[in-house]
Amino acid sequence: MDFAFTAEHEELRQTVRRFLEDKSDEQAVRATMVTERGYSEDVWKQMAEQMALQSMIVPEKHGGAGFGPVELSIVLEEMGRALVCAPYLSTAVLAVNALLEAGSPAAQKAILPAIASGQAVATVALVDAGCGWSIDDVETRAEEDGKAWRLTGTKVHVLDGHVADVLLVAALAGDEVALFRVEPGADNLERTLTPTLDITRKLAVVKMSGTQATRVDRGGDQTAALRKAVALTTIALAAEQVGGAQKCLEMSTDYAKTRLQFGRPIGSFQAIKHRCADMLVEVEFAKSAAYHAAFRAAEKADEEELQAAASMAKSYCSEAYFDVTAETIQVHGGMGFTWEHPAHLYFKRARSTSTLFGSPVEHREKLADHLGL
Amino acid sequence: MGHVEMSEQDLRARTRTLLQKISPDTVDQYTFRGAQYDHGLAWVHFPEGYGGLGLNPKMQAIVNDEMRKGATTFYEDLNVNPIGIGMGAPVVLTYGTEEMKQTLLKRIFTGEDIWCQLFSEPSAGSDVAGLTSRAVRDGDDWVVNGQKVWTTLAHVSRWGMLVTRTNPDVPKHMGLSYFLLDMKAPGVEVVPLYQITAEAEFNEVFLNDVRIPHGHMLGKEGDGWKVAITTLMNERTALGGGSGRKGGGPVGVLMNLWKKNADAHAPTSRAVLRDRITQLYVKSELLRLTSARARAAGKAGNPGPEGSVGKLAQAELYKKVWECGLDVIGTDALVYEPGYQLRRPEAEERQDSLSYAKYQFLRSRANSIEGGTSEIMRNILGERILGLPGEPRVDKDIAFKDVPRGG
Repeated sequence: MDFAFTAEHEELRQTVRRFLEDKSDEQAVRATMVTERGYSEDVWKQMAEQMALQSMIVPEKHGGAGFGPVELSIVLEEMGRALVCAPYLSTAVLAVNALLEAGSPAAQKAILPAIASGQAVATVALVDAGCGWSIDDVETRAEEDGKAWRLTGTKVHVLDGHVADVLLVAALAGDEVALFRVEPGADNLERTLTPTLDITRKLAVVKMSGTQATRVDRGGDQTAALRKAVALTTIALAAEQVGGAQKCLEMSTDYAKTRLQFGRPIGSFQAIKHRCADMLVEVEFAKSAAYHAAFRAAEKADEEELQAAASMAKSYCSEAYFDVTAETIQVHGGMGFTWEHPAHLYFKRARSTSTLFGSPVEHREKLADHLGL
Repeated sequence: MGHVEMSEQDLRARTRTLLQKISPDTVDQYTFRGAQYDHGLAWVHFPEGYGGLGLNPKMQAIVNDEMRKGATTFYEDLNVNPIGIGMGAPVVLTYGTEEMKQTLLKRIFTGEDIWCQLFSEPSAGSDVAGLTSRAVRDGDDWVVNGQKVWTTLAHVSRWGMLVTRTNPDVPKHMGLSYFLLDMKAPGVEVVPLYQITAEAEFNEVFLNDVRIPHGHMLGKEGDGWKVAITTLMNERTALGGGSGRKGGGPVGVLMNLWKKNADAHAPTSRAVLRDRITQLYVKSELLRLTSARARAAGKAGNPGPEGSVGKLAQAELYKKVWECGLDVIGTDALVYEPGYQLRRPEAEERQDSLSYAKYQFLRSRANSIEGGTSEIMRNILGERILGLPGEPRVDKDIAFKDVPRGG
């Protein structure tokens, strides 16, 4: 299998990197993360207008750039590196994938252009309170009320759920999993910001009590379609994890070169040198896992292969990212434990992304099933 | 130093006499502990007249036992004035003038004067002897400039134990001196140091042309390292004993969390977590038992390697326990109820085990850094316990001013 990046890919990477170094430096991240909104509307607008980032995987016919999972992964990796505070995973990845896999043509036509232009922040409310990440666990109920639908249930850990303009919800209509859209201003809808471990990424609780909704899927059970949308999103998230891990490896190495104790750089001590070398191995393996999954997705591998690749990537990259961020704190000594140093921001992002869309153990179990173990 | 002999019976009687005269249940901390000091029961191994009776230090446990039995209120030294009592008082007793002993010791014990320790600097962490703050003699005073970091309690302290460089022309350890620092002196600036939990347990202390009288130097000029090393040894052995109780401490919290959350996990996760928790239980128990073995060996006069492994083992173990805690908590690990308001720590927060576990997950990252990093501990174990050759040192015998230091 050939997974080499082209010259265009490299150019995309460098362009996005430069843009984010400018718009999302550490100061910007720290200023944005303490806001309730969790992102800068100006920067979000610039992302759309200057870089067309929100449009990456939106098909051209809906006003998008029409790129695929590989290009998307490059963008996510750079965003992970910069720890960008923006509703990108929710809007440009999860919601778009859900609409592309499960959405009706009418829904795609109505929503995708607004996402592509940066006008609309979108998300999908998947996980029910007390439930897991599997689509099979969806519990929120949809009852037909004349021509409309009414949803009842509490969704948790909804990416940017408190600010989304387009709120898509996975709910059970009879015994079918269906996709609905709820208006942000609807009656009997409560959206509450969750106090997250990682404040660079906002999550919300979305509580619906007979909330009016429109069904936006193409009919029939959407379990397989949503499962695929989640797998594609997981693959993108693995790329984000890689970007953060790489950045931490660089920070640690730079520090090990310049921090002197006992009259010599601490990187000259084997204990530190070896920690950095071990981080390098983990980062390289994480890259392989994330890139492999993205390329398989781009090749339109079959469902089973795609899920296996996604699970391999998510399980490995989650643990690698966490290990690398933990080591990064340690290499930086006391300074790594301060609020002022960015190590903890990556550490908390690592721990949290490890939980999003299923734990490493859950993903390895899927992989084990796939391997027939 | 020889100890005075007193029978356990007599010591208990003496303690009960104190409690009959004055009880911690009816007067405040300062009044009671002042009386305790005056009766020689503050730290019995100190000489008479200085809060003690010249006894064997182990006899303090007898006093504490009587005090726990004879009243509801019991003051832990660790809560009253940990650094002052643990490090300040011994230093004042050993190196202080008579005037210092008379004015300072009682107030250390009662907690009227909180003490802090100013050793670490931004450029001197593991290599604390490489510190660069500087004291220059000016008449009867020393003028100090520099920056200290990780100073616990500096924001409430009256006195600080300051180690600073008085001579950069000799090798690093030999050019340090130890001072008693008046934390209210002009030029002393205490700034909160916020950590990854958004709290500031610690501070930075900036010293700008701070004047310290020569009479406040403890020990002779150049003795700073010698005086400091005793306090550092006390700090290191105070950590690393594990929990006193079987199934207690962090692993106990973890096991309780597991009982509440086990059913929320699918079978594979449940099996994996169950095994991990069991491994962590085993290590926690062995930490506790090893610490007990170390104490027994110490009592028998045969201290061995058992006592040194604790700090390293505990730091790494506790990080793993709290990592497992978040895994047990599952998806709710995304939520952090305590929040990140920049603040001084409130001990009363986080009473429920869920918030406590999440907080400790973050706080425990420092366990392998504070009080000696795990890297340093491994060097100590390898070199001093196992006798492996040390790594070549490039800064040992050269003048401090010639040691590469970086930005």
